[in-house]
Amino acid sequence: MEIASITDEQVEMLLSDILERYGYDFTGYSRASLKRRISRLYGLDQALGFAEFRYKILNDQVYFKRFVEQITVNVTEMFRDPSFFKTLREDVLPKLGTYPLIRIWLAGCATGEEAYSISIILKELNLLHKSLIYATDLNPLVLEKAEQRVFAMAQMKQYSENYILSGGTMDFSSYYTASYSLAKFDEELKQKIIFSTHNLVSDRSFNEFQLILCRNVLIYFERDLQHNVLDLFDNSLEDLGYLALGTKETIEFSRIAKRYKRLPGEKVWRKVG
Amino acid sequence: MEEGWVIGKCNAFIIAGSAGSLNVLLQVLPDLNVAIAFPIIIIVHRRHGADSLLPALLSARTGLIVKEADEKEKILPGTIYIAPSDYHLLIEQDETFSLDYSEKINYSRPSIDATFQTAAEVYKTGLHCLLLSGSNADGVNGMKTVKAWGGMALIQDPESAQVSYMPEQAKQQVAIDRILAVEDIAEFINLLS
Repeated sequence: MEIASITDEQVEMLLSDILERYGYDFTGYSRASLKRRISRLYGLDQALGFAEFRYKILNDQVYFKRFVEQITVNVTEMFRDPSFFKTLREDVLPKLGTYPLIRIWLAGCATGEEAYSISIILKELNLLHKSLIYATDLNPLVLEKAEQRVFAMAQMKQYSENYILSGGTMDFSSYYTASYSLAKFDEELKQKIIFSTHNLVSDRSFNEFQLILCRNVLIYFERDLQHNVLDLFDNSLEDLGYLALGTKETIEFSRIAKRYKRLPGEKVWRKVG
Repeated sequence: MEEGWVIGKCNAFIIAGSAGSLNVLLQVLPDLNVAIAFPIIIIVHRRHGADSLLPALLSARTGLIVKEADEKEKILPGTIYIAPSDYHLLIEQDETFSLDYSEKINYSRPSIDATFQTAAEVYKTGLHCLLLSGSNADGVNGMKTVKAWGGMALIQDPESAQVSYMPEQAKQQVAIDRILAVEDIAEFINLLS
């Protein structure tokens, strides 16, 4: 892995180029991770030199799409952090079950594994019919993949273990059809999911929700951007709604912290005032 | 300690390892000087989920503050930071930590390479990296970057390592500045202060 091949100045140059040319603003992203990923792509594609790499990003739309896909982190899994999904199953979603319509926003959904995980829990709680999951990501390529409901068969053993640890009691394999190396999840699980592009940096609130999940996205943002995104979530969350973050993320020290009460043991906060 | 050894300024000391490294840490920590003038960052490969005990385990062996590294946390001298399990631990130019949940590197998350490489560009000649016992070559590429930025590459003597592969690979591929016996590690670190 070639790491030192791109300088800090070149990273800044690319970020301002991309903002100007495409309106994608990555300038609030934490640099260490971003630089690693840009350098990795630069190494992978064996561009002849930085000037050519830059030219391609700015003039080749298809390449730019690939650039966005490669420099953002799209690693995810089903029922990652089982104890978190157990809290959703046993505490958060049953409380939301009293609403006539449950609106959920999954921000930064990548290839959709968490969206389908939530769908499975809602189905088992008999709430799926009156739920809507808005699953968004800035990257259209990962959303296309998410729409397909197809994941690697090799992952299913791990996902099944996660599912059981999260309190699932069904046969996990009943939710998909295996075909060679792929597992295709049931159409029913997608019916209440709306996959759509949304950029947390530049797009506004688009609805009011009772549950917002954004796990392992804020870690890639610098402090100011984290605060702006938390404000966006606050503006998009109904009173008594829930906000769920990744295991190493927090709303502590943010402007919105005083209106939220944390659920014991998990990175889930309830909006109380 | 070797005669005439010029010890450069240390701004950060990273200790990393895989299989067989925990015992070394348990042996080294009690002998560390509590007035150490730089941060110590520890990256240990371990199973996801089985990690919350590590800070407590290490904390019991030293008077230094031991804590899991938090994202955006300012990296302070006299503190031992431990990489959380299942995230890569990166160092930003403003000497804060950031976390990254991207693909595993060398089948590992946290990856030693990722921390070494980002730390190299921040601490440059003030960085000391020590690779301990381990069963894969994670960290070796990172050490090359550390050397390229003028930092110090150190390994546990492979002869003394429970699993010698990791330090042995470093020895073969990188111009190692110093090979340390386990019983000399704490003294070496103390003398850098």
